[in-house]
Amino acid sequence: MQESIDSIAGAWFWLIRGRDLFLFLHLLGLACFGYIVTRRLTPLLRAQRDFRFDRPLARLGKVLQFWLAQWRHPRYRFAGTIHILIFAGFLLLASRAFAVLAMGISDRFAGESGGLYSAIRDYASTVVFLCMAIAIVRRLAFAPARYGRRSADAIFLLALIAILMAADGAFEGSLAAFHARQGGAAMLLPPLSLPWLFKAVFASATLMALVNLHLGAYLTHEVTFFFLLCYRPFGIQFHVETSLFAIYFSKLDRGTVKPVRWGVADEQLDAVPSFGVKKIEDFTWKHLLDFYSCADCGRCADHCPANAAGRPLSPRALSIKTRDYLFRHYPVFGASTDGMPLAGGLYSEDELWSCTTCGACEAECPLLVEYIDKIVDLRRGLVDDGKAPQALHKPLKSLESRGNPFGKMEKKRADWAQGAVRILNGGGSADTLYFVDSITSYDDRIQSIGRATARILASLGENFGILGAKERDSGHDVRRFGEEMLFQALRDHNAENIRASGVRRIVTADPHAYNALKHDYKDMPRVEHVSQAIARAVSTGQIRLNAVENGVFTYHDPCYLGRHNGIYDDPREVLDAIPGLHRVEMPRCRDRSFCCGGGGLALFYEAKEEQRMGVLRVRMAADAGASVVVTACPFCMVNIEDAIKVAGLEGQMTAIDLAELVDRQMVVGHASACPV
Amino acid sequence: MEILVCIKRVPDTSENEIQIEGAGTDIARDDLVYSVNEPDNYAVEEALQIVGRTGGSVTVVTVGGEEDEEVLRREMAMGATRGVLISDDSFQGSDGRGIAAILKAFVQRGHYDLILTGVQADGGCAQVGGMLAALLDYPFASLVTSIEVLEGRKLKIGREIEGGGKEINAIDLPCVLSIQTGINEPRYVGMRGIRQIASVPIPTLGAAELGVETELVGAIAAKVKRTGYFVPAAGKGAEMLAGSREEVVEKLMDLLKAKGGLN
Repeated sequence: MQESIDSIAGAWFWLIRGRDLFLFLHLLGLACFGYIVTRRLTPLLRAQRDFRFDRPLARLGKVLQFWLAQWRHPRYRFAGTIHILIFAGFLLLASRAFAVLAMGISDRFAGESGGLYSAIRDYASTVVFLCMAIAIVRRLAFAPARYGRRSADAIFLLALIAILMAADGAFEGSLAAFHARQGGAAMLLPPLSLPWLFKAVFASATLMALVNLHLGAYLTHEVTFFFLLCYRPFGIQFHVETSLFAIYFSKLDRGTVKPVRWGVADEQLDAVPSFGVKKIEDFTWKHLLDFYSCADCGRCADHCPANAAGRPLSPRALSIKTRDYLFRHYPVFGASTDGMPLAGGLYSEDELWSCTTCGACEAECPLLVEYIDKIVDLRRGLVDDGKAPQALHKPLKSLESRGNPFGKMEKKRADWAQGAVRILNGGGSADTLYFVDSITSYDDRIQSIGRATARILASLGENFGILGAKERDSGHDVRRFGEEMLFQALRDHNAENIRASGVRRIVTADPHAYNALKHDYKDMPRVEHVSQAIARAVSTGQIRLNAVENGVFTYHDPCYLGRHNGIYDDPREVLDAIPGLHRVEMPRCRDRSFCCGGGGLALFYEAKEEQRMGVLRVRMAADAGASVVVTACPFCMVNIEDAIKVAGLEGQMTAIDLAELVDRQMVVGHASACPV
Repeated sequence: MEILVCIKRVPDTSENEIQIEGAGTDIARDDLVYSVNEPDNYAVEEALQIVGRTGGSVTVVTVGGEEDEEVLRREMAMGATRGVLISDDSFQGSDGRGIAAILKAFVQRGHYDLILTGVQADGGCAQVGGMLAALLDYPFASLVTSIEVLEGRKLKIGREIEGGGKEINAIDLPCVLSIQTGINEPRYVGMRGIRQIASVPIPTLGAAELGVETELVGAIAAKVKRTGYFVPAAGKGAEMLAGSREEVVEKLMDLLKAKGGLN
């Protein structure tokens, strides 16, 4: 080494010129990274198709919101803030990193920096360094439970970034100290930044030592940078590279379920040899990209009601173990070492049936990783292999033969209405169809929601009717439990009858039916949830509501009304329009609502769990001080009423459907006669 | 192993409201939905599992009419190798012995190592399996809850016995076994499986092709005839327990213990 400090490319590192050494290291690093990434991409190329190349503007919007603006991160204030600082630091430091790398092979990039950018980047690297220190201390001393126990890898990666930042600071600081010792023009370093600190520390070093520190820092930076680049694809930090793509290609249509095979029309499904995901290549390429992108932050599992109830499911664990399986199955070096079957091997069957498709995980994930479509696809594979849970065989068979999961007769489907609601017989006899669905048609308790809904629609002067015996189950949860062909049979039957009825609009009080008609059915008339119709009528004064005197009310957001369809405000506006009603919010509300146990076939599936989700939910309501839980979904009603009993809150808490409450509080005589 | 499973299409009690028709000699059948007799479904699953372990094929057979093809197809969708419908006008009104005689003729046309039936069907008679074994002069075991294939054309079978116990028997092949529910967990048959099997032709065999002993079949030959149905009047056995929740639970526990509901 020698006393010239301004050229890295021209400096000698032992017997090798910097230019040659760093050209070699750069090329080696890039070659390794290229090879590793190519290996990582191999399974994506063998995976199933996935149509994610449409609507570039919407996708760009996602990138701006969720990638650049880190939209979801502040949902966890502390960790989110740290992440935003690190992310912003990385963006600011990107050009600096390239400039530093380029210095190794050409002097054109060397020399004085100074100016605004250099001050910004010096502070950026300092902030990133501090964030790394905080993150490491947090992981060591105050790790939240959601991180689980795999901290070593995370801490190692955080430390590498800290080293990278420190090396850059030392590189800069030693240079400044050198110039100061030489008495040349003083390099201005931003006070309290890393380079400034290093300069101060190095102030008494000899010129020779400063040159060595400078070159040593550069070499450390070089090695750390490329090691980090090549190491990231082996763990959670791969999201640094993949997140941009994961978010660009993220799912745009809420509430939908992916088709069995992208690009295969429903009519051609009989020719598809196998349904769902049975081996890792049956996932779509985007879903495999999701596994690479998961940062293991645990926010999904933190909000997963199945996980909270002690069911054997954690979305985070599902992603991480699938990623590890993918790494073993498509290793960077050597031969594949994993032939474990997915369902029944990597995942237990109970794990896959534990999900209620509530979507809390997907609402939380900062990287927009999808879970519902994957779980539905895995269930499709199980159903295709005859492995539907025993408890679901009878409901499924009944759905096939009777069009409802209870095995009740079709001709009794309209009995709930007690003859007071018109049954549509085609030919445009009504404007509006009230789609009732199975549970409201047949369950003794839930029929009351149906009658309340019918009375409300009548009082609004709606010209409406029901399909009666011609209605079948919407199939919403049949599809989500993986029985796609049965769903399609139910859908086709209903769609045909709805079209034949000639209605221009559909109203339902069941969010699952609402979601199915809106997203799973094609070319349907406009669909509305009854809470939307009520909210409109309340705001125009068409419905006036009597005061309530007692009780503290809380509104429980049904998953398929709230999270999957964004209807949060209409039900709350209706409640707030009731004079004297005292409403409190549970901390877990709106898009953080906590699923009460799931609807449709979930009612029949007895999950292995420590606690019912519904019981956890009613305890949340009790903690919020509520004595009345208002919901807007028949399945929520079943689960919450059961949970009130199980939790021993009978007498202290009641549950009521929004439609029932409005029906009870409506000012009578205000509108047309009640039909039911 | 070549296995034959005899199945029956029955009205599913979980999906129908069974009512007696006007004449009182049958149930009202105009709005019923049907499915495979549940124990038969377990028998087919057991056959599929045995064949899965030892190789061979599973044939499902039913005696009835065109409408009974539905249950054959469902069991074929489940994995049965082939289905056969036995149908003839002369079989109308056969009693249990008649059905057993028809099945005997079918069994003698093939080479089956093992014949399975469900323990009983909708009539609750539980007789066809035993009679079939007797007519064939095969060994028979009823209420079978486990099957293990041994060396030397033998099976080790478990049978449900009184009081919840289980006995283990060795039985020679060929034999007839009537299968109890709970022996396994039958696989799910989805819409997709049924659609895939929907166009597979199912052979139909009549009395002449089988060489059925005509003097044993049909309404005339039947020695057991159904003469009436009735639904017992609801009795007054119900006792409402009163008191606080704890008291009610305690009384219920005492009653259950007293009546042998708890051990």
